[in-house]
Amino acid sequence: MEQLTWSGSFGAFLNPLMLVSVVIFIAGFIANTVLTIAGVRAGELEFSGDGTVSVSRTPLDYALMTMKYAVLLFVLCCLGYIVGGLVLPTTEAKGILGAMALRLLPVWIALITTFALSIYFKRKLGLYGKLFDSPIGMAGFALVMFWVFAAVFSGIFPLVPTHGAIDLISGMRNELPGMAIATPDEGEYPFYLLGGDNLGRDVFSRVFFGAADVLAITPVATLFAFMVGITLGLPAGYFGGTLDTVLTFIANLALAFPVILLFFLLVTPEIVAAGVPQYMSMVLFLFPIIFLVVLFNSRFHTDPTRRNIYVGIAAVVGFWAYFSLISNADDGDLPLIFRIWPEYLDGFDIAGNLLIVFVSVVFVNSPTVFRIVRGITLDVKTRDYVAAAQTRGEGPWYIMLWEILPNARGPLIVDFCLRIGYTTILLGTLGFFGLGVSPESPDWGSTINEGRRLLTIYPHPALPPALALMSLVLGLNLLADGLREESLKD
Amino acid sequence: MGAFILRRTGVMILTALCLTLVVFFLTNLFPNLEKLAKTQGNARMSDAEVVSWLDRNGYGGPMLVRYGEWLGVMPGWTREDAETGVITGRCIDFGMDAADAPVRCGLLQGDLGFSTVSDEDVGNVLPRRLMLTLKLMAYAFGLMVPAALLIGVLAGMREGSRLDRTLSTLSIASTATPEYVSGVIFIVLFASTTAGVSGMLTEWGWLGDGGWLGDRRTLFLGSARSAMTDITFWNFTLPVTTIALYGMGYIARMTRASMAEVMTAQYIRTARLKGVSFRNIVLKHALRNALIAPFTVIMLQFPWLLTGVVIVETLFNYNGFGWTMVQAASNNDIELLLACSIVAVFVVLLTQLISDIGYVFLNPRIRIS
Repeated sequence: MEQLTWSGSFGAFLNPLMLVSVVIFIAGFIANTVLTIAGVRAGELEFSGDGTVSVSRTPLDYALMTMKYAVLLFVLCCLGYIVGGLVLPTTEAKGILGAMALRLLPVWIALITTFALSIYFKRKLGLYGKLFDSPIGMAGFALVMFWVFAAVFSGIFPLVPTHGAIDLISGMRNELPGMAIATPDEGEYPFYLLGGDNLGRDVFSRVFFGAADVLAITPVATLFAFMVGITLGLPAGYFGGTLDTVLTFIANLALAFPVILLFFLLVTPEIVAAGVPQYMSMVLFLFPIIFLVVLFNSRFHTDPTRRNIYVGIAAVVGFWAYFSLISNADDGDLPLIFRIWPEYLDGFDIAGNLLIVFVSVVFVNSPTVFRIVRGITLDVKTRDYVAAAQTRGEGPWYIMLWEILPNARGPLIVDFCLRIGYTTILLGTLGFFGLGVSPESPDWGSTINEGRRLLTIYPHPALPPALALMSLVLGLNLLADGLREESLKD
Repeated sequence: MGAFILRRTGVMILTALCLTLVVFFLTNLFPNLEKLAKTQGNARMSDAEVVSWLDRNGYGGPMLVRYGEWLGVMPGWTREDAETGVITGRCIDFGMDAADAPVRCGLLQGDLGFSTVSDEDVGNVLPRRLMLTLKLMAYAFGLMVPAALLIGVLAGMREGSRLDRTLSTLSIASTATPEYVSGVIFIVLFASTTAGVSGMLTEWGWLGDGGWLGDRRTLFLGSARSAMTDITFWNFTLPVTTIALYGMGYIARMTRASMAEVMTAQYIRTARLKGVSFRNIVLKHALRNALIAPFTVIMLQFPWLLTGVVIVETLFNYNGFGWTMVQAASNNDIELLLACSIVAVFVVLLTQLISDIGYVFLNPRIRIS
């Protein structure tokens, strides 16, 4: 079999069409800029006396219209590739783009279903529904959900990737995109759609396995950072005084620490051998349990039975997960304190490096969350409903967690989206310096790091993970922007 | 004002002490010292030999005492060999008489120790590397700040216009592109002989032998190694742009927000009603007030630039400060790493201080009694 072309047999007329759309767009853009500088204004609505409205069109309007249709044409061409991938019979006719589109079929279906349902019910869905009023928010949501579904259909149901994450075929080393495998086994996908990396692994599959890796770590790490930040930020802002001074000083200390230095210090083997990240995880992972216990206790302390049930469940599950997480009985090098938890209760072990990466990312993020929560608390605690709760005789923790926190949710949700993006970047930075989860891990930072050595000769292994990371973070930022805009409209 | 600066400086020094103590603690953990002993002495040392080597070379005392020695507030250790009677010590250099050596030698005395990897005094290595990074930073700042302010002002002067939306989306895109992504994309686009723009231009005959764009095979060079001695447009554009791009979006968004807020102010409306032209409103009335908030943001960008510098120097092979830090960390070069962290921490704290004081100076509404 020969090498696939990028666009397959539809490419014969879609490629020129696409090129034309790009040229028209550039021409429209130049015309637009020149006209604007020359002082031409866009046409305006004119109301004539007899109740009719007319629109005057200036050259600027036509330039803008050209640009709009060029973009539309471009999008249609992209859709053409996807449709081509779905309907054309052979992989050769589909081309690389079409074949990728076909592999991503479950993602497209999930994406279209999500959007159709959300738009249909958008008036009943609160802030989430309002997101579909803002084009920017919708674009961001589409990008984010694309990667979420891609991660689900790679990590949990491996439908998208064509090969295994660490399957190597030595003949495919550094091969170009669309190259056929010389002697494919029975049932094996016969092409490397985006080429092979320097060890002969399939770049396309690794990007999507990487998505599963990244999206398994970053939202959870961000959530942990939020739990730490909220548990400390609320009392700091609410009580003020010495507690506030001490906590703020510590947060500023952590913020003044250059991120990159911290990563290098925490991830080096010597420091790991001394157990520093383990001790840090011991402290940091305690906060979610404290948060949940206090949350339920303050809400239900007037109803002891329910309180005992909720707090009991939170504490038992929390501590079981906590000890399973931090203890690793098999690793004899660790200090004794991490090995006393009995083996039969140890639900799961986290591979050494993953825990370290997780801890460093949580540690870097929590001081910023702390500052945000503290700032919002300082603002919200002067409101009347807080004073009303105080007059009712509610305890301080009830006021913090059930009066202040729900009213601070808007900015926190927006920041959560932004912070997942930032955490993705941090995780990528760790991978880029070879400090990532494991050397073979398909996460994007590590793949970029592997690909950059031969970048000027073989650009194809490093480029797809780079673009993937960029599009996910861009999607999260746009989503946050859309959410902020829509939540400000209330 | 004086009391304010004094208090801020006090807090800064306290923060610096805490942070250096943390770094000192982390770099002087027993496994680090064990590795140091094995690389400096003998790779097949037994545990007892490691302990005695550390003891002989002054790593044996309590952590806080050694931190004091390193800082230069405690007298450096001295030790008399029981058999030969030779006195060795922290402050006694090779071949120096023990009686002439100073009592204290540490950070305060300007002695940063010895780099095991470069085989040189840290005091010699670091300034050279810092100079290189300073050049890179200066170029990056020179590109980033004016561009970001221009984008922010253009976007913020007519909030909600098409120009605003386009520029805002572009700045969001730039904040979503970390250095290791934009760097890779730039190298592929402009510095690869086979792919991207350079590849295309070579195919057309515009680049390469006899091409009108020059004899070189690529538009820009994907490695900044030659820029360490001689900076040219060819070898320095990509690293500088890569650093500038990531920070640019953030500053532009802050400027836009600040500009948009100023444009809704009462005095702008008054100026408009007086009939001042839009150009004059923006340039004479709005701009100065709109640039106060971005000043703080620009100063606080320094710590982020530090991460960017480390990434870019590694990616483009430019042996500056960031590259040195990576080398020191991965080769267990304790004293060099400590010195690097001091520099990093001080850069961060100093910019925080400047941004605080500068904000008070620039903003007439804030008066510190």
